[in-house]
Amino acid sequence: MVPRWCIGGLLALMLAGCGADDDDAGDLTVAAASSVQDAIRACAPDVRASFAGSDELAAQIRQGVPVDVFVAANTALPEALAGEGLLDEPAIVATNALVVAVPADSSVRALTDLAEPGVDVAIGAEGVPVGNYTREVLARLPAAQERAILANVRSEEPDVKGVVGKLTQGAVDAGIVYVTDVEAASGRLRAVAIPADLEPDVAYGAGVVTASERRAQAADFVEGLTSGPCADALRARGFGPPP
Amino acid sequence: MIRSRVWFGPVLVAALATTLVFLTVPVLAIFLETTPAEIIRKLGEEQARDALWLSAQTTGAAMVLILVVGTPAAYLLATRRFRGRAFVITLIELPLVLPPAVAGIALLAAVGPSGLLGRYVEDAGLQLALTTAGVVVALTFVAAPFYLRQAQAAFAAVDGTQVDAARTLGSSEAAAFARVVVPGALPGLAAGGALALGRALGEFGATLMFAGSLQGVTQTVPLAIYDDFATDFDAALALSAVLVIVSAALLLSVKLVRGADAVR
Repeated sequence: MVPRWCIGGLLALMLAGCGADDDDAGDLTVAAASSVQDAIRACAPDVRASFAGSDELAAQIRQGVPVDVFVAANTALPEALAGEGLLDEPAIVATNALVVAVPADSSVRALTDLAEPGVDVAIGAEGVPVGNYTREVLARLPAAQERAILANVRSEEPDVKGVVGKLTQGAVDAGIVYVTDVEAASGRLRAVAIPADLEPDVAYGAGVVTASERRAQAADFVEGLTSGPCADALRARGFGPPP
Repeated sequence: MIRSRVWFGPVLVAALATTLVFLTVPVLAIFLETTPAEIIRKLGEEQARDALWLSAQTTGAAMVLILVVGTPAAYLLATRRFRGRAFVITLIELPLVLPPAVAGIALLAAVGPSGLLGRYVEDAGLQLALTTAGVVVALTFVAAPFYLRQAQAAFAAVDGTQVDAARTLGSSEAAAFARVVVPGALPGLAAGGALALGRALGEFGATLMFAGSLQGVTQTVPLAIYDDFATDFDAALALSAVLVIVSAALLLSVKLVRGADAVR
């Protein structure tokens, strides 16, 4: 027979588990684009962070998932959320550049090489910032080249991690990612620059989630992305300062 | 002991009520948050139709592989005693408890382009990673154990005296297998098949990691739902509703087959 105190204790434990919301500094929750994962882990090890495609994170915020800060790989998503009253006025906190990433020993030398038959390519899915930037770049190419590259696409990944994973596993010959992803791959990947006239403006927008219960702390975090350890961590990984 | 009776019953009822609410409300929410009109609109989209057709094809192909190879394999495991049998069964059942992400990494490490057997796969003129064939491999890997387990139990439960009678009357083992054993085990085999089918239909993680996501090539229904999740939540709900209906139909058919068997 189970002693009664045991059941009582169990119930108490369950209730404690549900209601644990002590307000210490470690409780700030940051939803950030996959591409800034390394930098944020390094400069703010105490925050609870969720890293995914910016569009998924935005969808989660729309569904009411409780986060305090949103860092997106574009400015469109934070501005859209701000327009819906879900996010405070966002600020640009960093910039990045789109590149063609290839294995270190690849023969690909230029973006247009991706149009060659037999070159397998992975890109971000439409709706994900990296996927939208990629389509912007391709749309500036001659139509035949754009079509040829899109025909070589073997996978449309839900975030930038997926593209890098498919590349390092040798499943594709090239992918279009951020220059910071290539630096993070520590020598296994090589970046092929995209011509400046095709390069999109990749800016990271960040803001305080309006429903946050830790607004002051969240605002400090956003500010810290442009000055302080997090800004340094971003620079060290190849991110540019805000314009 | 007398006192325990007073609270034990209500505790059981409360536990069941909690379980029921917890497990059914999320599924109900899918239907309450979407409308039949939305489902029909979604089904009219090319992406959804491509995903449904691809899911049907790849799940079908995986099921053929599982049934053709799995049925005799399960029969052997059910009817022969050999050294290491328990070990073999454990190995076969391992994917049952493997997280899908682990299955995806494992498949890449085994038959991916730079994996253990990648070179041989390539030499054989096959490309699996990021292809429709790769989706079939991923589905087969995660779903097969569900069938094997059930089929093995079904074969073990077949009345041995009937098989012996068939053999005494001059049937070969193969003939007895086809005429007596398989018909006798059929309800169990069907239940195992339906479980495997449901698992294959819902496979997500291994498919995404091993086969990627490309409309019409590797983007099955669960991947299409994920793709819609961020951009069009209503569409994701509608496609989810379709998958719930198909899964519920599968479960119901298993119950009916079993029910018919119990009556017989």
